Amino acid sequence: MLPSFPPWLPWTHLRTCLHSQGLPIQKATRNGNSCSLAILHPPQHPAPRHFNWIVGALTTWLGLNVFLFVYYFLLFDKDKKFYYTRVVLGSALAWARASAKCLNFNSMLILLPVCRNLLSFLRGTCSCCRRTMRKQLDHNLTFHKLVAYSIALFTAVHIIAHLCNFEWYNDSQQAADGSLSSILSDLHQDEESNKWLNPIRSNNTTPAYVTFTTIPGLTGVIITVALILMVTSSMEFIRRSYFEVFWYMHHLFVIYFAGLVIHGIAGLVRGQTAESLKEHNPELCAQDPKQWDRKNKHSQCEEPEFGSIPAESWQWVLAPILLYVFERVLRFWRSQQRVVVVKAVMHPSKVLELQMHKKGFSMEVGQYIFINCPSVSCLEWHPFTLTSAPEEDFFSVHIRAAGDWTEKLNDTFQQQKPKTPRIEVDGPFGTASEDVFQYEAAMLVGAGIGVTPFASVLKSIWYKFQHADQRLKTKKAGHAAFNLDNDTDVVTGLRQKTSFGRPMWNSEFSAVATAHPRSVVGVFLCGPEALATSLQKCCHQYSSLDPRKVKFYFNKENF
Amino acid sequence: MGRIEWAMWANEQALASGLILITGGIVAVAGQFKGWPFAAYAIGAGVLVCLLEYPRGKRKRGSTMERCGQKYMTAVVKVFGPLTRNYYVRAILHAVLAVPAGFLLSTILGTVCLGIASGIYLLAAIRGEEWSPIEQKPPERPQLGGGTIKQPPAMPPPRPPAEARKKPPLEEAGHTNPVAVTAEAE
Repeated sequence: MLPSFPPWLPWTHLRTCLHSQGLPIQKATRNGNSCSLAILHPPQHPAPRHFNWIVGALTTWLGLNVFLFVYYFLLFDKDKKFYYTRVVLGSALAWARASAKCLNFNSMLILLPVCRNLLSFLRGTCSCCRRTMRKQLDHNLTFHKLVAYSIALFTAVHIIAHLCNFEWYNDSQQAADGSLSSILSDLHQDEESNKWLNPIRSNNTTPAYVTFTTIPGLTGVIITVALILMVTSSMEFIRRSYFEVFWYMHHLFVIYFAGLVIHGIAGLVRGQTAESLKEHNPELCAQDPKQWDRKNKHSQCEEPEFGSIPAESWQWVLAPILLYVFERVLRFWRSQQRVVVVKAVMHPSKVLELQMHKKGFSMEVGQYIFINCPSVSCLEWHPFTLTSAPEEDFFSVHIRAAGDWTEKLNDTFQQQKPKTPRIEVDGPFGTASEDVFQYEAAMLVGAGIGVTPFASVLKSIWYKFQHADQRLKTKKAGHAAFNLDNDTDVVTGLRQKTSFGRPMWNSEFSAVATAHPRSVVGVFLCGPEALATSLQKCCHQYSSLDPRKVKFYFNKENF
Repeated sequence: MGRIEWAMWANEQALASGLILITGGIVAVAGQFKGWPFAAYAIGAGVLVCLLEYPRGKRKRGSTMERCGQKYMTAVVKVFGPLTRNYYVRAILHAVLAVPAGFLLSTILGTVCLGIASGIYLLAAIRGEEWSPIEQKPPERPQLGGGTIKQPPAMPPPRPPAEARKKPPLEEAGHTNPVAVTAEAE
């Protein structure tokens, strides 16, 4: 008979259950200060070795960026086609074009890491692939941010180069000194044909006026402002404190992509046409521009004629945009499927537990879902780790009230209306907790609400043990407590916490290292950055250089 | 969106605008573009905005992450009292600073961004927000247990009432030795 976990503190009950099953508790340290530590000791199971695919992926990305930049820089800086353009603009042309190519490349990449359904699909189909490869898909948000930073950098380069371009085109148009540059600017300006070089037509205008009256200039300003707003609202501080600002502002990416596609349509970047190059070799003819004469048949140099580079941003970003549209449609379709809230429990410390049921939903340990509650906010989706085990017939999340949306959700459920508020669910999506069982020994550290992924793991172990699941390698499980800011200690009922203090990581790590001198130990954290830094330090400190001896590998969940 | 402190976002936006103004200004001055005096002004305005916006204000709820090394600028900004505390003043200041930079293409992006920051500050001011400095915490006493002990007991342990604590009279307290003890003479 499946046990029902008491309304509060499922893990105390779990510990009692583990006790009653005769599982030797390795370690039971209770910390009143919101940390939980569990040590699992599966017997000899060869652990996968970490190969740093991350470094490989990053190097590839960086290499492609460098290659694109250098290749197109040299193209625009050396090619004969742009000889006359360079006379007016110098190497600012090459800087602008090279950065534009990199912008196209990165704009293509930036949408891909946030297609979480696509990534889940890839992760699922790659179950035959090496686990370490699949793990790289967990770093999608980090990659998204990295690509965003590079877009910001290349945008800066691109804009500075074009500021120079506009200024020099304007100067060239206004100059009347008979220099090569001013002659080039006057070419074909009066005709209807599209053969001019200098896009600035008048000689009493300003670069600012030209910017706001041409398509590339105007779209450029608009998408740059959109980009800046997106970046400032996604700073870590803003994201963690005021998620809604981040979420809504980030949808400006629609404007960014729309503007990007339109940006190059006007074709203001000009190079000499191929036919013109046949009759007019710039390297020879540039020395004597006064000899250019289209009427004079004896002249070796006809007047040069210019044409546009076609707009190509759409070729880069069309596929990712379509993929992302498909992703959003898929999310919407999944969200329309009926979710039944089987049970809603209000825990102390403003934690709401929702137990739900959805047809066709299947999960693995430590995965997370996105939840939307239309009565709280129709457009917002927020991620929460699943706290139930796959063996249970419902799935649950524990939601701590920590901001506008979570507080409103708490209030909505507390009002106990006759009809429970409708919940929409998207997911589940996988994270590093799935790998817990792959290590010979694992340390799970959760701080505060960060114990949620590991609750799922521990419950799952319990169920597997209960059903004598042969696949469970875990022979022993030890764990310790937790948690949160109660006024009274959960065990004794006194005001003073039973054990006041945080675990001394040094002693914990050295104890594990002594107990498992030849193992690979996975350290899993779901908690604050400060804790991550100290754990990572301990991992480095206690890992032996000898590959046969103990090694600690650090895994962090990131939301 | 009930509990958002708009000033926090306005602060990020204004800081970014300051940097953009400085960059645009440097480009135009270095390239000696037409109208570069506006760019020189933009550099000055950008520096002023960055210095003003660098120290993050204290959030009303929750803890605030300080920017690296901001305590020096906090001291300076605090000196101006209501001028820097009040967000209406900041909104107007940013709007005024932004205008001259709008006459030059290189700095017009800074104008637009600073203008947006000014608008968000206006929204923050309407909602009654104020800048308050993040104060330095007094240095903590050196802790026992290597800083791992938090919230040690504040009250003494429960004791039985005074009567029960009194020692019982000597005769009753004595115990019988199982082995006879003889005092040996020195």
